[in-house]
Parts: sequence; C-alpha cells; structure tokens
Amino acid sequence: MADGASVSIGVTAPRQSTGRKTTMQKFAQRRSTTGFLLCLPLILLIAGFVIYPAFYAIYLSMLNKKMTAFVGLGNFQFLLKRHTFQLVIFQSCLFAVTSVVLKALIGFVLAHLMHNIPGKNQKIWRGLLLVPWVIPLALSTLTWWWMFDPSYSAFNWVLNQFGFANVPWLGVGWIARFCTIAVNVWFGTPFFMIMYLAALKSVPEQLYEAAAIDGAHGLQKLFYVTLPMMRNIISITVLFSLITTFADFDIVRILTAGGPQDMTHVFATYAFQVGIQSGDIPLGAADSLFMFPILAFAAFFVLRGVTQRTKEIAA
Amino acid sequence: MSTSVAERRNAVAAHRKNSLHRQRLWALWGSYAALSVFVVMFLVPPFYTLMTSLKSSAEISAQTGSPWLVQHPTLENFWYLITYPNFQRYYMNSIIVTLLTVSVSMVISILAAFSLSRMGFWGSQTLSTGVFLTYLVPPSLLFIPLFQIIGSLGLINNFWCLVLLYPTLAVPFCTWIMIGYFSSIPRELDEAALIDGAGYLQMLWKIFIPVAMPGIIAATIFAFTVSWGAFLYPLAYLYTSNQMVLTVGIISDLIRGDVFQWGKIMAACLLASLPPIVIYAFLMDYYVAGLTAGSTKG
Repeated sequence: MADGASVSIGVTAPRQSTGRKTTMQKFAQRRSTTGFLLCLPLILLIAGFVIYPAFYAIYLSMLNKKMTAFVGLGNFQFLLKRHTFQLVIFQSCLFAVTSVVLKALIGFVLAHLMHNIPGKNQKIWRGLLLVPWVIPLALSTLTWWWMFDPSYSAFNWVLNQFGFANVPWLGVGWIARFCTIAVNVWFGTPFFMIMYLAALKSVPEQLYEAAAIDGAHGLQKLFYVTLPMMRNIISITVLFSLITTFADFDIVRILTAGGPQDMTHVFATYAFQVGIQSGDIPLGAADSLFMFPILAFAAFFVLRGVTQRTKEIAA
Repeated sequence: MSTSVAERRNAVAAHRKNSLHRQRLWALWGSYAALSVFVVMFLVPPFYTLMTSLKSSAEISAQTGSPWLVQHPTLENFWYLITYPNFQRYYMNSIIVTLLTVSVSMVISILAAFSLSRMGFWGSQTLSTGVFLTYLVPPSLLFIPLFQIIGSLGLINNFWCLVLLYPTLAVPFCTWIMIGYFSSIPRELDEAALIDGAGYLQMLWKIFIPVAMPGIIAATIFAFTVSWGAFLYPLAYLYTSNQMVLTVGIISDLIRGDVFQWGKIMAACLLASLPPIVIYAFLMDYYVAGLTAGSTKG
C-alpha cells in the first residue's frame, strides 16, 4: 500500500527536525489526493447522470419537435397556454399539498398513539403499519386499481350492501382525483409515522414533567413542549415528502394514466405522455422543468433544516 | 401478549385506585383501539390482493358473492406464474439488476462516505452538500434527457441501462447515511490504526465497515428498495419482454388490451412483493434506525 509508506514517513518525521514540515505537508497532500480518488466514482456518477442531464434538459427544452431548430422559450409558452397543462399544474399542486397535509396529520396522530403503548408491543404494531410502505408502490397501486374497478369492485360491492349505487371511482374527474390522493396517503403515512415517532422519542421526559408541575394540561403540553421540540423534524419531513409527492409518477400512471379528460395528470405523467409516448422530447423536457422551481424551493429549506438540526445536536 | 401486560396494569391500577394510573390505562386502551382501526385500514389492499390471487378466473368472472372472500381457494394462479417463462425472466432480470445496483451503489457510497467523513480535500464540504441535494432530485425530473443519453449509449431496451441509472437514485442517500455513521466513529480508532501501520483501505476494511455495520445494512436495504420497486425508468426505457423487470413486466404482460387477468396479476404482485417483505420482516429495525438517523441526526 502506498499509503502505508506515507504513514511511516509521518511517524518517523519527528526525528528529522528540519524535514518535518515538508513531510507533514506531503502527508496531508497525499491524504487529500486519496480522499479525492475515493470520491471519484461518486463524482463521475453524479456529473454524468444528474448534472449533465439537467443541463441537457434545459437545452432540449428549447428545441422544436423534430429537434432541428432552436425555439427559445417557445415550448414553455406553448405549454402555459394549453388548457391540459393548466389542469396539470392545478392537479399537481392539489395532489401534492392535500396528500402531504393528510399524511402529516395522520402520521402525527399515529406516532402519538404508538408512543402511548409499551415498547415491546410497539414493534409488532409498527411492523403492521409499515406494510403499505414496504410493498413496491407500482404493485400496490395495481391492487388499488382492482379495488376501484367499476363493475365488480371491492368498494362498490360494500356500497351496494348498504344500499348505495355504484360509484365510478376512476371514471369521473373529481372522484378520480380523490382516489389518487387516497392511494398516496395510504402509501406515505407510515413514513411520517416513523419519522415522528423517532422525534417523539427524542423529546426529554423531564420537559413534560416540568410542564406538568407548572399545571399544563394535555393540549398545552402538545403545543408548548412537543411541537416546538419536533418543529425541525416536522418541517424536514413535510418538505421532503412534498418533493417526492409532487414528482410522483407511479400512482397516477397506473391508476388513471391521466384520465378522465386529463384531469388527474401530474407533471411527471404528462411529461411521460408527451415526451416518451408521443415522441415530442423537447416538450416533455420543458414540462418536467416546470417542476424545478418548486423542487428547488423545497430542497433549499430541507437543506437549511437539516443543517440547523446538525448544529443543534452538535451544540 | 398485549392483554397480559394490560391485565397486569389493570390489577395495579385497581390496587392503587390512582386516578393518574386509570387515566393512563384509558389512554393505553384507547391507543390500541385507534391503532387497530388504522391497521385494518392499512391492510385492506394487501388482504384483497391475497384473496384475489387465490381465486380462479371463473370465480372472478362469475361476479357472485362477496369479492372480499374466496369461495374455492386455488393455487392455479401461482402455479401458472411459476411455470410461465416470461414471468421467470422478469424475476431473473429484477434479481440481476437489483444485485448489481446494490453492489455498485454500496461500493461507491462506502468509499465516498469514508473519504468525506475523514479526509478533507478541496471542495469536500461542497460535495457533501451536493450529495444531499442530489438525493432530493426525483427520477421524474430527468427521465427525458436520460432517455436521449441512454439512447446515444445504445442501451434503450436493455436492462443494463437500469444498472447504470439506479445508482444515481440510491447512492446519494446511502452516502449520506454512511457519512453519519462513519463520523460517529471516534477518531482515536483511526489514529490507533495509523500508528499500527494500517493503510487507508485497511482502516476502512478492518475498522470502519465492521463498526458501521448497522448503517451499511440500512443503506443496502435502501438501495434494494429503490432498485426493486422503481417503475418510471423501466417503463420508459424497456419495451420487449425479454428485457423487462417485474414492476413493468406484470403490467404489460398480464394486461392485454381490455383483458385483465386479475387473479394472475394479484398473484404476481404477491410474488414480486415477497423479497421486500421478507427483508423488511427481518431487518426493519436497522432500516428505521438508519432512516431516522439520516434526517434527525445528520
């Protein structure tokens, strides 16, 4: 090992009083070179398949359909004027915001319920509640599709038993929108639960005792002890989930493929339809780039939250 | 188990006649009741998958009786799939892609995390931040330029393109949690190793990897989850059945036009979800620890 040699030089250095500084410098230099070489695969991977495609996407989005001429911002203008794309923007925001809010609320309630029960049982219950999150989303969405089936579906049968008429779950715009959100909430809530549960466990018990001595009741403890202590993790989890939900593809693609009347399309599925299925690569690239500002905004705050959290823990 | 604990608590509470205890007991039972409701709600789809997979095609198309229960359970769907060459191929492809992705991702991220947590070099701080930001890039943002890039590499409709692309989804988070685990290893350990004459790679192999094993398990599970369940890339880049992986193979093969063979589809979903379920059943604790440490600690 070349590094072994450098270490032995470093160890013997103190004997040679004049040569000490240079060998130490050499040691540090070699250390940083090794460090860089170890990171090289990561750098190449990110540069080749994340950074380069990102710039390539910007270039692609400014070409015409046959990719022969430069059209500037024409694709973006064209998309914004299109009614379907306006629906896409609306549905993406509705889908992401509603799902994340519901996931955060239910996850918070679940985490509290889990926190109440003794540790030994917690594991079993946690395991059961994590099942939706463990099954690959594309596969569980297939089951949901089957349950939403209009003719002989699980849900319609139950409704019929109670004397209600069949509901065309995926056939009517707003109901289909509700269905995509429901599946997303089902899939994503367990993640919120485990994040919040970890956060709840990290709140020191003394704080609650102190609050109890000061005469705080349950809700006051929640608002003045639990929430401030969890604030950072709540915001990190919510923003992170906002990114993944906003960019979600699997649920909408399998459940409705954008229909009925393009009412459930989100950015990702619309980009797939335009770019891959219809072969208009530049338009598809432009469509996905519309996600970028929102993702960048959320990513900035996630990063800030995580850095703050690191500092808090270090302090 | 839960009842015995509760009974003991019940006895204690009755004995002391303590209002605080009684209040806690109510909270405990209330929590169990509410959790049961949620568990039932969460487990409805998997239950329905199982029930449908046990039905014959005739029973599904007859449309009589409750769809929630199976009247004549049969394993014919599973048997059909196990002996169906296309399904075997999807399974094989998924296994190959996942194994390669996991090994490539783990090598890249362990080396990078070791370097980023111990050896500062020019720009290493920026790189750590960059790695975290890359984790936040969703696959649906870049799949169209990647389609062109994969095309120019001649890898469209070739599952090797997944081995190339999946690491971009797995490596950032794996590196991130490995940095967290490696940073928590006391520096005295590396100093001792350096004094004993170990090189960097020896230090990594003999000290860092064994000590940070829980983190490595968590990262491996993450990489596995990503590459086993990914849907967008294979759907966009693969189109013949000899190259497909499970997630897209099931959808494109068992749904032909308007014919849905739901019994077989559900059985295929169960078989395809088996590896993740088995892995999570045994290693969930490591994964949850790694995941929560990744965002709550570092």
